[in-house]
Amino acid sequence: MSSSSNLITMRKIVQQLRFEAKINRVKVSQAAADLQQFCLENAQQDPLVTGMSSNPFKPPRVCSFL
Amino acid sequence: MSERGVTLLSACISNGSFSCPQHWACPPAEMCDQTFLAITFGPCDCCSDTKPLMNIYLKNEPVNYCSLCVERMACQGLQPNETLATLKMESETLKTKLEEERAKLHDVELHQVAERVEALGQFVMKTRRTLKGHGNKVLCMDWCKDKRRIVSSSQDGKVIVWDAFTTNKEHAVTMPCTWVMACAYAPSGCAVACGGLDNKCSVYPLSLDKNENLAAKKKSVAMHTNYLSACSFTNSDMQILTSSGDGTCALWDVESGQLLQSFHGHSADVLCLDLAPSETGNTFVSGGCDKKANVWDMRSGQCIQSFETHESDINSVRYYPSGDAFASGSDDATCRLYDLRADREVAIYSKESIIFGASSVDFSLSGRLLFGGYNDYTINVWDVLKGTRVSILFGHENRVSTLRVSPDGTAFCSGSWDHTLRIWA
Repeated sequence: MSSSSNLITMRKIVQQLRFEAKINRVKVSQAAADLQQFCLENAQQDPLVTGMSSNPFKPPRVCSFL
Repeated sequence: MSERGVTLLSACISNGSFSCPQHWACPPAEMCDQTFLAITFGPCDCCSDTKPLMNIYLKNEPVNYCSLCVERMACQGLQPNETLATLKMESETLKTKLEEERAKLHDVELHQVAERVEALGQFVMKTRRTLKGHGNKVLCMDWCKDKRRIVSSSQDGKVIVWDAFTTNKEHAVTMPCTWVMACAYAPSGCAVACGGLDNKCSVYPLSLDKNENLAAKKKSVAMHTNYLSACSFTNSDMQILTSSGDGTCALWDVESGQLLQSFHGHSADVLCLDLAPSETGNTFVSGGCDKKANVWDMRSGQCIQSFETHESDINSVRYYPSGDAFASGSDDATCRLYDLRADREVAIYSKESIIFGASSVDFSLSGRLLFGGYNDYTINVWDVLKGTRVSILFGHENRVSTLRVSPDGTAFCSGSWDHTLRIWA
């Protein structure tokens, strides 16, 4: 029983590795450039990056005459 | 055998999915050499001899086979000349080849590409709300899609739904177990799911009537053979994805409680999971105590990609907002960014002064900031592109155990072992 289950496990590992080896990969320079582009495109809509003051959690600023 | 027993058995019996191409059963590899789990005694469905039988699943149908027929079936899938030795060698060559392929494309680092990008300004993030009410360590939290409600769970078994603007508690449920390690809000906002040491994931529909006893309407959905570490609704209220200390993840139908797909591949407890943003399709990523982060196809149950560069347990994984990458936080005191298309780690967020593990990570809306909650009671804010730390936030008086950015990105919430949750903006 143990020999067949080792064989089965090994077979599964090899199948998984064959599958993983086949996938298409892109260069890191390309992938990094895309990540950067996404960040910059969306930066203006990101309240935590732009630090917008109309944040519902921040208390509204009140001006008063001295 | 009861329905529940059959589901349990199929969840723990296999090291691989039953929807694999050859459709053969996979007896558990952890079993003792000399014995197997004999559930019944009777005529074998294959050879008709009366013997001790194993209940196994073939093509999702339960059948009873004797051990001899199981062995015969296992050997049928083998090609001639395939032995344990040749397979071992092949797996070593494949692993080396995988490393080489990945290294070939490693032409530049992320922070080098980002050198020209403007640096971020000074950050002033403060605690804007403190949610007090839990009697013990807060273990998990989730935001509602309405951007103001939060559900949190703690070690004392309580699950509380808060209104983050007013800090009022809207609902509270006491679970029958302690250490409720996972909780999630349904997309519709009408239900919450939670679970932990009870090995189950239960769904509670939330009603507007404050007097209604929520515990009475509880629905048990998922069943694992070890603790529930994380849960998440998919795009609808109808399906839940769970991960467990039994090393598997599973997809369940909420209405019937049926197991729709199970995901096997981790060799130790799975601690976290995250679903890909809806535009990018049906995948999710999971991280575990085997230091691996795996990306899975939800429909087939297949592991598509696997990353093993962390040096310790992976406590938290979160997809980058575009869906092309994900970040992970680990007990090795680092957070790392993995790109799915380059199939490798592209950034490490660490400092020599940070020696405590990261328990939980999340991205800001644009993906420029990575927030990490650490076991040294602090929250570190990282510039994702440049790899530098932008800010360090103090406030919690014990480990930060969970951290999530709100759906509209205006704030983030952190939960801690100091019994409180804090909203930062």
